[in-house]
Amino acid sequence: MALLNVPHLWHSLPLAELEVGKQFYWHLGNFNLHGQVFLVSWFVIGLLLIAAVLGGRSAQMVPAGFQNFMEYALEFIRDLAKNQIGEKDYRPWVPFVGTLFLFIFVSNWLGALVPWKLVRLPAGELAAPTSDINTTIALALLTSLAYFYAGFSKKGLGYFGNYVQPVAFMLPFKIIEDFTKPLSLSFRLFGNILADELVVGVLVLLVPLFIPLPVMALGLFTSAIQALIFATLAAAYIGEAMEDHGEGHEEH
Amino acid sequence: MNPTVAAASVLAAALAVGLGAIGPGIGQGNAAGSAVEGIARQPEAEGKIRGTLLLSLAFMEALTIYGLVVSLVLLFANPFA
Repeated sequence: MALLNVPHLWHSLPLAELEVGKQFYWHLGNFNLHGQVFLVSWFVIGLLLIAAVLGGRSAQMVPAGFQNFMEYALEFIRDLAKNQIGEKDYRPWVPFVGTLFLFIFVSNWLGALVPWKLVRLPAGELAAPTSDINTTIALALLTSLAYFYAGFSKKGLGYFGNYVQPVAFMLPFKIIEDFTKPLSLSFRLFGNILADELVVGVLVLLVPLFIPLPVMALGLFTSAIQALIFATLAAAYIGEAMEDHGEGHEEH
Repeated sequence: MNPTVAAASVLAAALAVGLGAIGPGIGQGNAAGSAVEGIARQPEAEGKIRGTLLLSLAFMEALTIYGLVVSLVLLFANPFA
């Protein structure tokens, strides 16, 4: 952090600090857990649970109020999954894709909208869980597991036929792709969210009032798009794993 | 930190973002230009074109972000420090 040391004057402002790579460690056996990530993740999960319970508590045929909103969210996610996975197989994957989208979206926005800096931790600071690379890698590996599971459950060992599908010499590239998919998924999300937070942080250091607002709005926009992209790509990978190459293409 | 390593890391971080921004910049310009052309030719398809454009812009942006991740690693979690 020595590289971003700013003139001493600014350290008196509680809102203008940049911290990267400082964690609020919890020790559990031999593991060091990043406590601030867990705290905000639990908050996000709690919020989503409350929203789900409120939306579904007294479901009616003609939705009103909050149920309307939740049904809109569900329809959005269902269309996303249907577009990427296809009419026939999308239904079992709606919960997975929806969980990814909602968790990433809500954590990105809460990280930007809630004034977490007001809560003082012994070390590190509260921020969006997705600005910690461990969270995004976990989500990306889950996606990997999901598309392998989708492929194997649909085609059994025939799934390996995908690896030589258009031509046989694609095999090494397809194998490399299995590693680059989670890598690019996790880095894209992590980099975008951390970059947003850093840009806002640097601007707040320079001019604490009003000037960072447009950048914050842009950050909200990009983080929403990143949540959409993560969910879309996860669904696309699952759809790709389940795709039929065999006898004859049925028309869509 | 060894001053040579520090200097090299800062330089490399700047190059990683700076050079990494060139390609996606050209690509995003091309994509946006084509999208405007498409909208001008077929204004009724504007909504669909805009959605696709935003999604693909974010993909191109990801390439710069990879450079940014590398430079962040060099600045804050330097393995050679």
